[in-house]
Amino acid sequence: MMESISTFLNMGGHGVFIWPSYLLSALVLILLLVFSLNFRKNMEAALGAFRDEKDAHK
Amino acid sequence: MSWIILVPRTKKDPKVNESSAMKRIDWLANPARFQRLSRRVRPVAAWLTVGLLAAGLYLGLFQSPADYQQSETVRIMYVHVPAAWMGLFCYVSMAVAAGVGLIWRHPVADLAAKATAPIGASFTFLALVTGSLWGKPMWGTYWVWDARLTSMLVLLFFYLGYIALVNAFDDPARGTKMSSILALVGVINVPIVKFSVEWWYTLHQSASVVKAGGPSIHPSMLWPLLLMAFAYTTYYIWILLLRIDGEIAATKIRAARMRQVHG
Amino acid sequence: MNSFLNIIQRDLHLALRQGLDSLMVVMFFVIAVVLFPFGIGPEPGILARIAPGVIWVAALLASMLSLERLFQTDYEDGSLELLSLSPLPLELTVLAKVITHWLTTGVPLIIAAPLLAVLMNLDTDGFAMLLVALILGTPSLSLIGAVGAALILGARRGGVLLSLLILPLFIPVLIFGVSAVDAAILGFPVKGQLLILGAFLIGAVAVCPFAAAAAVREAVK
Repeated sequence: MMESISTFLNMGGHGVFIWPSYLLSALVLILLLVFSLNFRKNMEAALGAFRDEKDAHK
Repeated sequence: MSWIILVPRTKKDPKVNESSAMKRIDWLANPARFQRLSRRVRPVAAWLTVGLLAAGLYLGLFQSPADYQQSETVRIMYVHVPAAWMGLFCYVSMAVAAGVGLIWRHPVADLAAKATAPIGASFTFLALVTGSLWGKPMWGTYWVWDARLTSMLVLLFFYLGYIALVNAFDDPARGTKMSSILALVGVINVPIVKFSVEWWYTLHQSASVVKAGGPSIHPSMLWPLLLMAFAYTTYYIWILLLRIDGEIAATKIRAARMRQVHG
Repeated sequence: MNSFLNIIQRDLHLALRQGLDSLMVVMFFVIAVVLFPFGIGPEPGILARIAPGVIWVAALLASMLSLERLFQTDYEDGSLELLSLSPLPLELTVLAKVITHWLTTGVPLIIAAPLLAVLMNLDTDGFAMLLVALILGTPSLSLIGAVGAALILGARRGGVLLSLLILPLFIPVLIFGVSAVDAAILGFPVKGQLLILGAFLIGAVAVCPFAAAAAVREAVK
C-alpha cells in the first residue's frame, strides 16, 4: 500500500517537477481567490460603513 | 439578455456635458442590475469550478496514461496548457471590455477590464512557471527561449504594464481609461508579437536543443485537459464577478465621498 | 497643412534651442553600446556576432529616453489643452510631434549608427542594411513611444512606467530590425524583413496617432 503511494508520488522520477506544478497552481489560484474575496468584502463593508455614517448625520 | 443596456454614444463634442443627474442615473442603473446578476451567478461559477477541477484532476492524475515519449511529466500539461489558454483568453477579454468601456462608456465594462488583469496575469505567470518545470525534465533546462514560452513572457509584461498604469494615477477613473487605451493597443500587438517571436525562434532554432511541437493529444488525455480548461474558465468568471463587485463598491464610495466634499 | 507644419517648426525650434537634448540621446546611445565590450570582452568575433542586436537595443533605449518629454512640457504649461481645442485634429498634432521627435532623436541615432557599427566590429556587409533598417524602424519607435508618452500624462513615476509600457511593444520591431541586418551579413534575402518593418510603420501611422490623441484628450479633461 505504502509502495504504491510512494510510486504514485514519485511519478517515475518526475514527481519533483509535477507536484510543485500542481501545488503552485493551487497556491496561486487559492491566493487570488482569497485576495478577491477580501477585496470585495472590505469594499462593501466600507460602503456600508460610509452609508451608516451618512444616515447617522441626517 | 436585456440586462446590459449598451447605449451607443456617438463621439460628440467632448465639451458638452450631459447633465450630472443623467450620468448618475445611467451609472446607478447598470451596476445595480449587474450586481443582482452577479449574486446569482457567482455560486454557480464557484460550484462548477470545484466540480470541474475535481473531475479534471482525478482524470489527469489518476486515470490518464503516462505519455510513452514523455512519461509522467505530460501530466504537467493539465495545469500548464489551461493556464496558457486562460492567459491569452483573459487578455482578449480585457481588451474587449476596455473597448466596450471606451466606445460606449459602459461603466461596468471598464471595471471588468480592470478586474480581469490580475487574473490573467496570474494565469500567465502559472503558464510560465509550469512551462519551466515541464521544460526541465523534457529539455534539460529550466528556461528555454522557445516561441510559446517567449510569447507568454511578453504577454506577462503586457499585463504588468496594464496593472502598473491603472494604479499609477491618483484619479482611479483616469487610470482605468488610460489603461483601457493601453489594452486596446496591446491586443493588436498580441498576434504581432506571436508572429514575430515565431519568426525569431525558427531563425535561431538550429542553436537550441528543443524538440519542435508539443505532445500529440490522445483522447484519454484530451478529457482531463478540457475539463481543466473549463474549470479554469468558470474560476475566471467566479473571481471576475467578485472583483467587479468590489470595484463597483469602491467606485460608489469614491462618488459618495466626492458628493460629500463638493456639497 | 499650415498649422501642421507650424507645430513641427515650433517644436523643432524648441528642440534645437535645447540642442543639448539630442546630443545627450546620441551620447547615451554611444555609451550604452560601449558598455558591451567592457562587459563581454573585446574579442572581435563575439562583438561582431552580437553587434546588430546590441545596436538595436541601445537604439530602442535611447529612443525611449526623450519620449517622456514629448507631451510633458506642453501638458504642464497648458498648451496641450489649447492644442487639443485647436481646429487642427489632435491626431495630426500628435503626428507633428512624433515627426519632430524622430527628427531630433531617430535621425541622430541613424547618423551615429555607423560609428557604433565600427566599434562593435559589425561585418561591413551589414552596414548599409543597419541604416536602412533603422530608417524604417525608428519612426515606428517614435510612433509607439508617443502612445506611451500620452498614456503616462499625470501618472506617478511616469518615466519608469513608460519603459515598462512600451519596451514590450518595441519587441517586434527589434526582432525584424536585427533579423534584416543578420540576413544581410549572411547573404540571405532581406526583402521579407524590410516589408514587415514597412508594414509595422504603416500600421503604426494608422493606429498610434489615434491612440495617443485619445489618451491626450483623457489627460486634459
